[in-house]
Amino acid sequence: MVTDYTEHRLAIVGAGVMGTNITTLAVGYGVPVVLVDLNDDVLSLARTTVAQKLRHAQLMGALPHDRPQGELVTSVSLGDAADATTVIEAVVEVPETKAKVLAEISALVGPGTTLISNTSCVPIDELADSVTHADKLVGVHFMNPSYLIKMVEVIQGGRTSDVTLESVNSLLAALGRDALVVRDSAGFVINRLLHPLINSAATLVQEGVASVEVIDGLLEGCLGHSTGPLRTADLIGLDNLVDSLNVLYERREDESCRPCELLLSKVREGDLGRKSGRGFYGYGKVAS
Amino acid sequence: MTIEQTSGLAPVTAEAIAGSLESFFTERLKTEVALDQDLFKSGLVSSMFAMELVVHLEASYDIAIIGPELKLDNFRTVQAMTALVLRLRDAEGMGEDG
Repeated sequence: MVTDYTEHRLAIVGAGVMGTNITTLAVGYGVPVVLVDLNDDVLSLARTTVAQKLRHAQLMGALPHDRPQGELVTSVSLGDAADATTVIEAVVEVPETKAKVLAEISALVGPGTTLISNTSCVPIDELADSVTHADKLVGVHFMNPSYLIKMVEVIQGGRTSDVTLESVNSLLAALGRDALVVRDSAGFVINRLLHPLINSAATLVQEGVASVEVIDGLLEGCLGHSTGPLRTADLIGLDNLVDSLNVLYERREDESCRPCELLLSKVREGDLGRKSGRGFYGYGKVAS
Repeated sequence: MTIEQTSGLAPVTAEAIAGSLESFFTERLKTEVALDQDLFKSGLVSSMFAMELVVHLEASYDIAIIGPELKLDNFRTVQAMTALVLRLRDAEGMGEDG
């Protein structure tokens, strides 16, 4: 098993909240990254965001001191991902988009390259239909912020090989992460539990049962959650949350996963959470 | 005592910095904080809010908090943040009389 950080070269496709989070983690742990997205404006913003997140990671003492930062290259060409030892897909939580991007990545890389999807909810075996080597695809659900939360949820799809699982464990060890492995299921473990909770919390606000602050205050103060469900929703991004809830609702027909009207209206109004400066809470200005 | 008040910048005596921070916390956290209160230990400040504090201090006092100064201990209390601002401004030759 390769655990030396110098043996890894990452390509990350999608420079949004999670793409920049994972890039920060990797670069901070000395692993070079090619970050790919559709246009230069997005990538320019991503470089600034990654620099801010690296400062945040340093502030919190979350990076190792024994290695130089990995090089960050940004590119609009997926072809630049071809030489990576592992490619991580971190595009929007829309199954068709993820499948299309994974198919394009799969056509570029060699049979030895590990493919990771950072999906929150889409079953890995469903995505595996789009790639040439289904045994090389594995799910890794990084948390947000990826560079501060050490635990990750790893999803072994029905066709994910043990060799691939070993390879991803090696990468995660090099990135200082701890992994717990689960079997495939829409939403896996974390979001089958968390997303209906957040949706229910938003519904309680919509019904006027309690305010945002009271709901978070109760879950933090009584249940020991370090971040309440609605503050967590703002961190995830309300647009991504709605996309994920739709994936869960379509596959599980669980009414608690049908996005409530308050969530939908916030997304329509552009109040997407921390990344847009306002969601359930206001953040003054756009935070990193 | 001369209080420097250049356009757009907050005053830079220890008392003024501490006072401004106290107002900032009252507004953002809806609670009053003591000068020596450990904001992290008391759970008032999250890891995400810590970074907002860095940006707030840099923008308010025209300083760059980088290298070894970018560590949590410098942001634990209002006193520690006040000392950090004064230290960095002194290093840049922006002392209160300058």
